[in-house]
Amino acid sequence: MNATLGRLLILGSLLVSTTGAVLAYAAGAKRSREGLRWAQRFAYAFSAMMILATLVMEVALVTHDFSVSYVAQVGSLTTPLWVTIVSLWSSLEGSILFWGFVLALYIAVATWLTRNQHEEYMAYSIGTWLACASFFSFLIAGPANPFLSVPFPPVDGPGPNPLLQNHILMVAHPPFLYLGYVGMTIPFGFATAALLRGRLGVAFIRPIRTALMLPWIFLTIAIMLGGWWAYEVLGWGGYWAWDPVENASLLPWLTATAALHSGVVMERRGVLKGWTITLIQGSFLLTILGTFMTRSGVFNSVHSFTQSSIGPTILVFLAVILLGSIALLAARIDSLEAEGRIEGAVSREGMFLLNNLLFVLFTFTVLIGTVFPLVVEALRGKQMSVGRPYFDSMVVPVGAALVFLLGIGPALPWGRASREQIKRSLLPPIIGGVVLLVLGYALGARNGWTLLTLAFGGYAAQVTLGEMWRPVVQRMKRGESLMTATVQAQFNRGRRRFASYVIHAGAVIVIIAIAVSSTTRTQREVSLAKGQSTTIGAYTVTFLGTDIRNEPHRVATVARVAITKDGKPVEVVEPRMNQYAAMREPIGTPAVHSTLAGDLYVSIMNLDGSGQNVGLLLLITPMVSWIWIAVLLMGLGGIISIIPHRQSSFAAASASEPSPATVAETPA
Amino acid sequence: MSNVANNTSASDAMRRKTRRFMIAAFAVAALAFIVIAAGGINKNLVYYWTPTDLHANGDKAYGAAIRLGGMVAPGSIKNQRGVSGLEFDVKDATGVVHVKSNGVPPQMFRENIGVVVEGTMTRAGYFQCNRLMVSHNNQYRAPKAGHPMNKQELEKLMKSTEGLSDK
Repeated sequence: MNATLGRLLILGSLLVSTTGAVLAYAAGAKRSREGLRWAQRFAYAFSAMMILATLVMEVALVTHDFSVSYVAQVGSLTTPLWVTIVSLWSSLEGSILFWGFVLALYIAVATWLTRNQHEEYMAYSIGTWLACASFFSFLIAGPANPFLSVPFPPVDGPGPNPLLQNHILMVAHPPFLYLGYVGMTIPFGFATAALLRGRLGVAFIRPIRTALMLPWIFLTIAIMLGGWWAYEVLGWGGYWAWDPVENASLLPWLTATAALHSGVVMERRGVLKGWTITLIQGSFLLTILGTFMTRSGVFNSVHSFTQSSIGPTILVFLAVILLGSIALLAARIDSLEAEGRIEGAVSREGMFLLNNLLFVLFTFTVLIGTVFPLVVEALRGKQMSVGRPYFDSMVVPVGAALVFLLGIGPALPWGRASREQIKRSLLPPIIGGVVLLVLGYALGARNGWTLLTLAFGGYAAQVTLGEMWRPVVQRMKRGESLMTATVQAQFNRGRRRFASYVIHAGAVIVIIAIAVSSTTRTQREVSLAKGQSTTIGAYTVTFLGTDIRNEPHRVATVARVAITKDGKPVEVVEPRMNQYAAMREPIGTPAVHSTLAGDLYVSIMNLDGSGQNVGLLLLITPMVSWIWIAVLLMGLGGIISIIPHRQSSFAAASASEPSPATVAETPA
Repeated sequence: MSNVANNTSASDAMRRKTRRFMIAAFAVAALAFIVIAAGGINKNLVYYWTPTDLHANGDKAYGAAIRLGGMVAPGSIKNQRGVSGLEFDVKDATGVVHVKSNGVPPQMFRENIGVVVEGTMTRAGYFQCNRLMVSHNNQYRAPKAGHPMNKQELEKLMKSTEGLSDK
């Protein structure tokens, strides 16, 4: 029953999205207003059917309807309700359905917000969205169908992959990643529409920016959650290993970040239109490449589930989009003419260009290192990977240069500046750089790159905070109260400017925290008998003994480990080994004693049967929690920048938008 | 009037010149990047080898970064309890490599199980292991005792282990 209903809804959404795409492109070519209305109706119809199909699957999961193939594959009567609900994205077929669901939400919302605007571009935009939608509907209807009927339903199923049930972060990471990945479809549709139209007017720049910022926020947080999950679950004490699946999430983030920056120059100076569009097309392509790498099984990992047949289909889609984008860019990029020009190299826009260059270098570095083993395997049948030192040695200088730009860029004025002006803005923040450098050295940082990052970071922090509060100070000088000045400057007129400095502040903290945490950690591996202690840094760690705990879906062996600092008890942490029924081997889960200064990480390496001896991995890593906090700060900044202000942010920029002349109040 | 026209064409020429300069600079930068990246990749390749592959590659194995996949040979594990000095043999159907490791082995580590060790071959004739991993893959089942895995299974094993214990 559920299986049939689901299959019907998916076939319906395939039909509606394909028809809608053809119709929307035709309406775009003919500039037909009536055609656009119909395209919008088809977009809503697709969204409704896809969302309903997902609801049908959720109902089947929660009611344990094992006659639906996907439920038979991942369902289990013993898993807790939250695991059952999130097992929608715990295996291949369900995760593609979830992709369709997120795409449906995005298409419906974007179509609704633009219903009466940007008529010139909207038919082509909707057509592009629906074309992507029809591809994913096809995947769900064919190669990755979760709604197959099971003729003889089992009484119980195996449950989802234990590694995915092992931690609550698994509830959060995939949805954020999907919201980030799938969301790139919306700016891709806008960008494609601008290319097809051969025009990108001022009014259309803002919706493109908003549509890019939203998935950027989700992707930023998703990458952090993925790293956090690896840290909390995998037990080796790190949060990033340049694993292909991690790189897959980072790549579109890099190009999207570049596009957000070049978009600012485009908005203010009327230049870099073709370049920004190229970056947006690239971001979307990289999300599809990422999906191919993580879902097709070319890289075997916790993400790839089982060997599947969707790989070639995604590859064909990728090739079509790639060739189509290149052809379209080649044909139309010249028609997106520049309205202004970039004046000096040592200026704000010059730094934006440098920023873009660095992000593109970063992207290619990661892309080459990730794809190279695939190419070698395809051509010569040999297996290899590119080792971590490659990524570290290439990316660390780029990262340091980016922090440098985070300081220099916002300090420089737009346009041509006099030598005197440049000196006045660039010299004072050196104080901040020196302060952080000395502080880092005093606290024990000795790695050259870390010290350089600290110096650049201190400089950038002073610039960021100074620029963030400058409009408030200016307003207060004009006699406004602190309260009014803050609200006016940060949350009303200058909100996007304020938001971008909040994001920058987060970025500075993240880069410093990564530099410090990856170069100053202390590691020990010890075997302890019951009651025995060892010391690491300022901590004393005592193995108290083990407990066996029976939980509904697993049996846990918990090691109780007491942590004391300077003789005072701090916490008893409980790293554990979880044994799942569906798995032969137990999965370890480390325990972390987390403080702002640093984390003490306790991971079980082995445990003898009697519970008398334990092998522990102990790690002290400074500043790790700053990464999670600062990434959330970046997300918050992103949200502040896209909250609609009086008028919808999808609406055209109106006269109330500050003119480029009033530097202090305009977005940076 | 003609003055204005001259100015425009002069600035056009300037612009073209700048543009040519930009393109040349960009090409040089791109070339430099490719050379650096290719060199970086070449220096940091990690080879996925079975014990047989390792022997077949001869001298190339010394000092190279290697991910070695195979089975822990029965009866070969020495000193598992201690923190340092763990030794065991990794074998496939036709080759055996002696491995030394300083770490505490993971919980699942035992005889006849598929393992992946990362490290390098030393001229003293043993494999120095920096990282010892046991597959977490749900699909994977260890073979029956005494039946070493074939090359295909081992390659899958080497690809399927994600960062579990790092040293």
